[in-house]
Amino acid sequence: MTDAPSTIAERSADMLARSTPASIAVRVRGLSDRVIAWLFITPTIALLLAINIFPLIWAVYLSFTNFRANRPNAEIEGVGLRNYQRVLNDADIWIAMQTTAHFVFWTILLQTVIGFALAYLIDRKFRGHAFWTTVILIPMMLSPAVVGNFWRFLYQPQIGLFNYIVSYFTGIPPSSFEMLGSVTLAPWAIIIVDTWMWTPYVMLICLAGLRSIPDYIYEAAEVDRASAWRQFWSITVPMALPFIMLAVLFRGIENFKMFDMVILLTGGGPGSTTEVASITLKREAFESWLTGRSSAFAIILFVAVFGLANIYVKALNKVKQR
Amino acid sequence: MRKMTKALMGMSSALVLSTAIPGMAKADELTLCWAAWDPANALVELSKDFTAASGTAMKFEFVPWPNFADRILNELNSGGKLCDLLIGDSQWIGGSAENGYYVKLNDFFDKEGIKMSDFAEAAVNAYSTWPKGTPNYWALPAMGDANGWFYRKDWFAKPELQAEFKQKYGRDLGPPQTWDELKQVAEFFTGREIEGQKVYGAAIFTERASEGITMGATSALYPYGFKYEQTAGKYDMDGAVNSPDAVAGLEAYKALYKCCQPPGYTDSYMGEGLDAFKSGQVAMAMNWFAFFPGLYKDEKVGGDKIGFFVNPKQKVAASTLGGQGISVVANTDNLDGALAYIKWFAQPEVQKKWWALGGYAVHNAVLTDPSFKDSQPFAAGFLVAMNQVQDFWQEPSYAILLQAMQKRLHDYVVADQGTAQEALDALVKDWKEIFEDEGKL
Repeated sequence: MTDAPSTIAERSADMLARSTPASIAVRVRGLSDRVIAWLFITPTIALLLAINIFPLIWAVYLSFTNFRANRPNAEIEGVGLRNYQRVLNDADIWIAMQTTAHFVFWTILLQTVIGFALAYLIDRKFRGHAFWTTVILIPMMLSPAVVGNFWRFLYQPQIGLFNYIVSYFTGIPPSSFEMLGSVTLAPWAIIIVDTWMWTPYVMLICLAGLRSIPDYIYEAAEVDRASAWRQFWSITVPMALPFIMLAVLFRGIENFKMFDMVILLTGGGPGSTTEVASITLKREAFESWLTGRSSAFAIILFVAVFGLANIYVKALNKVKQR
Repeated sequence: MRKMTKALMGMSSALVLSTAIPGMAKADELTLCWAAWDPANALVELSKDFTAASGTAMKFEFVPWPNFADRILNELNSGGKLCDLLIGDSQWIGGSAENGYYVKLNDFFDKEGIKMSDFAEAAVNAYSTWPKGTPNYWALPAMGDANGWFYRKDWFAKPELQAEFKQKYGRDLGPPQTWDELKQVAEFFTGREIEGQKVYGAAIFTERASEGITMGATSALYPYGFKYEQTAGKYDMDGAVNSPDAVAGLEAYKALYKCCQPPGYTDSYMGEGLDAFKSGQVAMAMNWFAFFPGLYKDEKVGGDKIGFFVNPKQKVAASTLGGQGISVVANTDNLDGALAYIKWFAQPEVQKKWWALGGYAVHNAVLTDPSFKDSQPFAAGFLVAMNQVQDFWQEPSYAILLQAMQKRLHDYVVADQGTAQEALDALVKDWKEIFEDEGKL
């Protein structure tokens, strides 16, 4: 004897089962749970194999060949580890990796500090906090293409608002500096835009972390006469840390492969000053058509991100277990 | 139930067919691919005559210049059927010929009596032949072009500026004849207030991603004596690409950029240069002759306010080649229709109308017409430019050769890294490596 369905979900499932035509029901009844489970997940697995795993395996194969996509009729020859050797010995690629590291470090640092600070403020639940939360989230909701073009105008030295604001506060003539055209300022111009756009994302995750801390812990701390400063460092930060680390992981992976914003703002220039690894990869693959070499470069990047992310996830798990 | 199954099958078949149809070429329809710019509009107008005469409908796929190479080369590499006819860049011809993307046209030309000697020799060499200069034709010259200059004639004519310039330089303020004069004129205008606006000397190409800075800088390099090889076909680049003349040319380009480019034009190409000129920011600008008809018609800066001049010489007279030939894509399903278009386009009368509509015809029937030089204010300059053009490598590996040059030039000119000698030495090293990989060195 089975129990009568109690919840709405169970009742709905029961109704659905009763309405299934008898012929189908008989056919399905003959299948084990395991087979039914496989039937459900097979389309997903097939899709995953087709669009993720197969291209990855294919890229690994290509990375050991001299294949060029713009010469489909040329004979494909195996070149062993030569592509990997050339990528790892290419000074320009190492410069691009350094540029990427610089970009990832500063964007994550700024976004985490500002994002956490905003989340902490929003968590205070002041008057109108819901409105300000929505306002803060707006940049994140925009398309990167829109943001890139929008900031390109803001940074325009002659008509751009950014230069005028800097000029208003510092007295420096607005057209005397170029955020996107200067070797020293261009990397910071991109960092500013990325921080503007993605800090709300970090804020949201941090806010979830802060809201997950039970009130009774703070109440107990109050009873123990712990100061606000002590509560912040002994309760808030440690308990929100797994969420902060999660935000850092997501932003780190995203920014490691950052492409759209850099292309739209500087195109990797001036010179190669803001040429991050993903732009170098795109140029090698789709402008120079060095498919074999660019596949090797892509695999190296993949292994680097995958390896670092795994180490980081292990650290994250340790923090969660504390 | 069976009815429902049939209905579903019918609907899915209709859906599949409706998505498949755009990819299938109709026998009485041709798709022509080109860049999206002023001359493309003229070609649409011109092609109406072809449709009227042949009954073949013309479809056009115009791609903005910054994405043109990416989009079309991807199409060719993937064996796509989008284009029956392609007006492709001159540098693509080597790769497209060797990879079998274009139909070789020699037999067709012979059969139809189309003679390459009817077209300007420089245009045929640049747009039609591979190996370069040999009688192996992969395209019909379609659109002659070179990098030229235009200037604010009304500003140059201001008496107070004329007097000041003459006092300073001892000659009349006019279109510069040499790169030295070009810099002097550009410096003269930079920082002045004209019509209530601070103006700059010249808008030049600095674009990094595709080909911009190479096309701009070679307009200085060629007149200073830059060569790709010491001996044609030998790939002996040392001493040619990085010769003292080449170094001087690159230094001249950077000097012009440093002194006289408007702020913010660190990644500018055709569109940005036109904007700078049309918004009254610059006294002079470089750009392709293809844009000159549109500029001349511009209500704000065209007509009497604009003048045109050929790229200034220095040691030699030289201009950077633009322009394209029209090819038949080997993958077309409508070969006969595409060849019929080429045959129609090669006719002298069609070529004359092409020029009249704003296309740069290079058929001798147009160029040698006594009225040609006076037909437009830039026509005489176009003739001069086309007789002194030099082109980038047309090798199958042109894309990687171009990327190397883009990087080295932008690093030196815009990012201010290293010296001109170091930039060109590094370029020789890059190019040698590429040709070694190709087995040509």
